[in-house]
Amino acid sequence: MASQDDFRRQVEALRPYLMRFASLQLRDAAAAEDAVQEALVAALAGESSFAGRANLRTWLTGILKHKIVDAIRRQSREPVLAPGADDEGVEFEELFTERGHWDERPAGWGDPDGALEQQQFWRALEMCLERLPERTARVFMMREHMGFATGEICKELGVTPTHCWVLLYRARMTLRECLQQTWFGKQ
Amino acid sequence: MKLLTCKETTRLVSQGLDRELEFGERVALRVHFAICLGCRRAGRQMAFLRRAVRALSEPRQQGS
Repeated sequence: MASQDDFRRQVEALRPYLMRFASLQLRDAAAAEDAVQEALVAALAGESSFAGRANLRTWLTGILKHKIVDAIRRQSREPVLAPGADDEGVEFEELFTERGHWDERPAGWGDPDGALEQQQFWRALEMCLERLPERTARVFMMREHMGFATGEICKELGVTPTHCWVLLYRARMTLRECLQQTWFGKQ
Repeated sequence: MKLLTCKETTRLVSQGLDRELEFGERVALRVHFAICLGCRRAGRQMAFLRRAVRALSEPRQQGS
């Protein structure tokens, strides 16, 4: 049936996008490939449930998120991610004085959204993300890239909300510093 | 009301992106922001990070 072929073609065309989405979260090409493959199989089998929905990409991304969470569950059982792996972390002592004020005041970024139009900015951001410790990056990307609520993330990874907030804080502060050094400080 | 340090402020700003802050916390933030340019900048930068990371996998950035 022609329409079925069309559907398959449209789904396939989104594979590169889905691969990128999965790789950013999983940091492991093979695991990302598996998650995307599982999502595509599920999508093609469930074509009927797509009928009438407006946006194929949004629908596929939703399916992929479930497959990514499955992969995260599998990865979380591996020893690399044992609790404590990146817990002895920076508390940004060097950023603040003993009394808790900025040692050096953060520089302004002007209108940072202009950077979003620049190809090299995305490379700088990805490099900064890659430098984050594994667990910190995982929580941060689940929150900001996949858009999960903090409560869901804590439940999936078996950490307390307080610990989640600490990891998210570390991620944001570290990325802010990194982008200052590698991008905004150089503009 | 307890005055926040910059360290506490940045922590609270970050939490504000992940949970609903209590009224007292929001007031304390506003008071601190009024006198602290560094924390205002850090807050704006964390919000920018959110926008950037959300857009990270958007196809448009891979083109031109």
